[in-house]
Amino acid sequence: MGMTIAEKIIARASGNEVVKANDICTVELDLLMSNDGTSHITVDKYNALKHPHIADVSKLVWIVDHNLPSDSVKTADSHKKMRDFARENGITYYEGEGVCHQVMLEKHVRPGQLIFGADSHTCAYGALGAFGTGVGNTDYLYAMVTGTSWVLVPETLRFNLKGKLPEGVYARDLILTIIGQISANGANYKAMEFGGEGLNSIDMAGRISICNLCVEAGAKTALMEVDDVALSYLKEHGREPVECFSPDPDAVYAQVYDIDLSTIKPIVAKPHFVDSVVPAEEAFGTHIDEAFLGSCNNGRIEDLRIGAEILKGRKVCPDVRFLVVPASRDVYKQAMKEGLLEIFMEAGAIVMNPNCSVCWGACQGVIGEGETLISTGTRNFKGRCGHRESFVYLASAATVTASAIKGEITTADKL
Amino acid sequence: MEKFTGKVWVMGDDIDTDIILPTEYLVFKTIEEMKPYAFSPLREDIAKELKSGDIIVAGNNFGCGSSREQAPEVVKALGVKCVIAKSFARIFFRNAINNGLLLIENADLADDVKEGDEITVTINDKIEYNNKEYPIVSLPENLMEILDAGGLVKAMRKRNGLSD
Amino acid sequence: MGHTIIEKIIAHNVGHEVKPGDIVTVDVDYVMLDDIMMPFIVSKFKEMGFRKVWDPNKTVIICDHLVPASQVDDTRAYHISCDFAKEQGIANLHRSDGICHQLMTEAGYVKPGHVVFGTDSHTTTYGCVGAFSSGIGYTEMASILGTGQLWMRVPSTIRVNITGKLPSNVMSKDVILKIIGDLTAAGATYKSLEFTGDTVENMSVSSRMTMTNMAIEAGAKCGLFAPDEKTAEYCCIELDDFQKSLKGDDDAVYEQVLNYRAEDFVPVAAVPSNVDHCVPISEIDNVKVDQVFLGSCTNGRLEDLMAAAEVLKGKKIAPFVRFIVTPASRKVYTEALKNGTLDILLDAGADITHPSCGLCCGRTGGILTDGEVVVATNNRNFLGRMGTNKVNIYLASPKTAAMSALKGCICST
Repeated sequence: MGMTIAEKIIARASGNEVVKANDICTVELDLLMSNDGTSHITVDKYNALKHPHIADVSKLVWIVDHNLPSDSVKTADSHKKMRDFARENGITYYEGEGVCHQVMLEKHVRPGQLIFGADSHTCAYGALGAFGTGVGNTDYLYAMVTGTSWVLVPETLRFNLKGKLPEGVYARDLILTIIGQISANGANYKAMEFGGEGLNSIDMAGRISICNLCVEAGAKTALMEVDDVALSYLKEHGREPVECFSPDPDAVYAQVYDIDLSTIKPIVAKPHFVDSVVPAEEAFGTHIDEAFLGSCNNGRIEDLRIGAEILKGRKVCPDVRFLVVPASRDVYKQAMKEGLLEIFMEAGAIVMNPNCSVCWGACQGVIGEGETLISTGTRNFKGRCGHRESFVYLASAATVTASAIKGEITTADKL
Repeated sequence: MEKFTGKVWVMGDDIDTDIILPTEYLVFKTIEEMKPYAFSPLREDIAKELKSGDIIVAGNNFGCGSSREQAPEVVKALGVKCVIAKSFARIFFRNAINNGLLLIENADLADDVKEGDEITVTINDKIEYNNKEYPIVSLPENLMEILDAGGLVKAMRKRNGLSD
Repeated sequence: MGHTIIEKIIAHNVGHEVKPGDIVTVDVDYVMLDDIMMPFIVSKFKEMGFRKVWDPNKTVIICDHLVPASQVDDTRAYHISCDFAKEQGIANLHRSDGICHQLMTEAGYVKPGHVVFGTDSHTTTYGCVGAFSSGIGYTEMASILGTGQLWMRVPSTIRVNITGKLPSNVMSKDVILKIIGDLTAAGATYKSLEFTGDTVENMSVSSRMTMTNMAIEAGAKCGLFAPDEKTAEYCCIELDDFQKSLKGDDDAVYEQVLNYRAEDFVPVAAVPSNVDHCVPISEIDNVKVDQVFLGSCTNGRLEDLMAAAEVLKGKKIAPFVRFIVTPASRKVYTEALKNGTLDILLDAGADITHPSCGLCCGRTGGILTDGEVVVATNNRNFLGRMGTNKVNIYLASPKTAAMSALKGCICST
């Protein structure tokens, strides 16, 4: 019987010829990513162990991105704990390089790997054909100490993409549409696998955006077939695949969806759930206080290009704080080189250092009582981005930028 | 002439406004919410221990630093009757007068007095401590007018024909 | 009898001669209101019974301490600022353009000879263009908004005369730190500091700003430079006769004159936790550094960023050291972007934030914890200013800051 991509990666990681959905396997992890959201807690738990030990320090990557620069003594304390531990133990450590998932994709992730990240959006690595999944810090600690963990092999939902996204519609609209369709728990415990000829027309930034958001449908991981687009990204970043897995023709799927990309339209997710999606025009006219272009979901150079292109020759609405936060140092540098940051700054945007910003609801950019944000971030849960009485709409880079210009929700073609 | 007696808290030179009230508490809505954090970088518990009618005695340059008026307001809100220092920073001095917080300059008291002791102040006249008298120089007339009105807000209300 | 600069500015404002100690009421040319004080300014203004500000065109509101918001309550001050501007018809509203003291001269408000008050102690900065400017509390600001006037005592003047050529590793920051160290933190209380001599005449307006910005750290009411051709160019004006006259007369009476030889200055730092604890870098050059902060209204200008870039070009900062760069304004950021300065700093490992007060006001932007050491280019190293009371803050020049980031310990170029 054939295997899905998720099954093949777990088979490799567990040393089995074949695994099937719902098997429980002991796997060897390829990489273990942790960020400043929880690393300090992991350190505390590690230090409380009777025989603290790191199985293979070369597999650990620790990244400070959530509260950077530090916004409080509490943050400074947890950063210090994390930094000192990484330094003492020789852990690969980044501070100021960017949002963790973007840094991982730029510098570490390789097709075929099985990766744990102490962050739910670790599923983003599927864009490079790697099985990334979010874990809590106890699971993380176990993997860090033993180099292994157990996983339940997930069932897979298959998404066959065909056709092309229309002009002015983006991968972000696609994944929001899918989440709206299958709902916020529609992929619970499952893998979401994307393929089909339609995938060819979606660039790496779009693919990362799609995989990254799959956890919002409850998915354990997201996976894409590794094609020339992914391989050339990998090559540009100086890495080789571990192994490129494609699903077998007779792989077993829990469900198969056929999606015609040409039917996708600009979408917004309304407060307070990611699956509360409506066509963008249904939210037109909603007053906004802040707009956010950034995050591991939509802060890449391709997203900034989309924003800058719309903003060029225009001004940000004076009543809107338009936060532009490149997802990494490399993205920031590239945006600088291409003149994008100049466009943003001269139009009145707030250009910040690469960090999680308002997507995480801390560290500069938080919204206050009664305020409304339109965001390219990952989540619009109640209170996620600041005050518990505030409102978050999720949309594409284009829709967010257009709304920042207008001062209310709109799409770029309506400007 | 008004006369009062109070318990003394002693502080050193250059008690700056970041000590009197750190920046992170400036955004609180009310002075009342800021009270527990007064002087916290220097003496974490003093805000709890200060009682109405107590007197702060300090060295040179009390209130140096920022223009944050929350600093004198929070000192007054804690019930501090007056601050006696060898000298005061300029902006703090104006802010204190504008809020009706009495400030007294005296060069010698800070070197003599011990924390916890009581002193007696006669406004615009003298301080008495340990059978010794310390003279007080009176304030300029325009400042006395603001103080007499009960602070600048009240003075302005009067100017605008409003009652207290 | 001759007059000092401050006496001339006040005399011109009130229309008669003045001498130190006189109590006068001045007409205010500009007021600067910053976001963090706005809630209190507005409530006092209303409580006083005022309805309209005396002159919306002379009122400037700047959101800089709390933008972008780092805590959920921060947006309250922002909205109160925007609402008050709208209600009063105040067009001079800056919501994310940079630090107030940078903008007041850079955006073309303050000119030589003006009388300006702001709700921030570093309002002394505008003396860099020969304006009298000073910090006040929110109650007095509310009264000015209602009346356009404020009482003041004419200060006596301390003249600081510097002649000669500064060593190449010395910046105006080192000069003012040394002067504050000599004067002490209260040495100029109630007084005007007047900077003269060919050394300061040769300084850019930006370098002068660093010095007037820090005049308050010696307790001064204001710091002043005589306006000259550089001032005129910076302000985009031709100096009129009054502005040209704004220099200390030969027979002006100074309370004190301090004379310095430029060649004697060395790179210095103000060591924890007082601005007047001035120590040569050579005496502390083994102190390990955790973080470096380049920014603030004291030293976040283009020339400061460029000085740091010169040190760091093609190099990487020391491992595990954080290097936070916060340009003073949107204009500074954009210029540094265009001339390649930000690129160099970014490559060296800097975190470049949006222009704002950042770490200097201790609200966000790199808060530290017990035992950590920060070399910072801003104006205050008070206890607890950037985190806990066990954070060690060393104030230094941009060159020293950059060098310290590079080496991971305090050192100068």
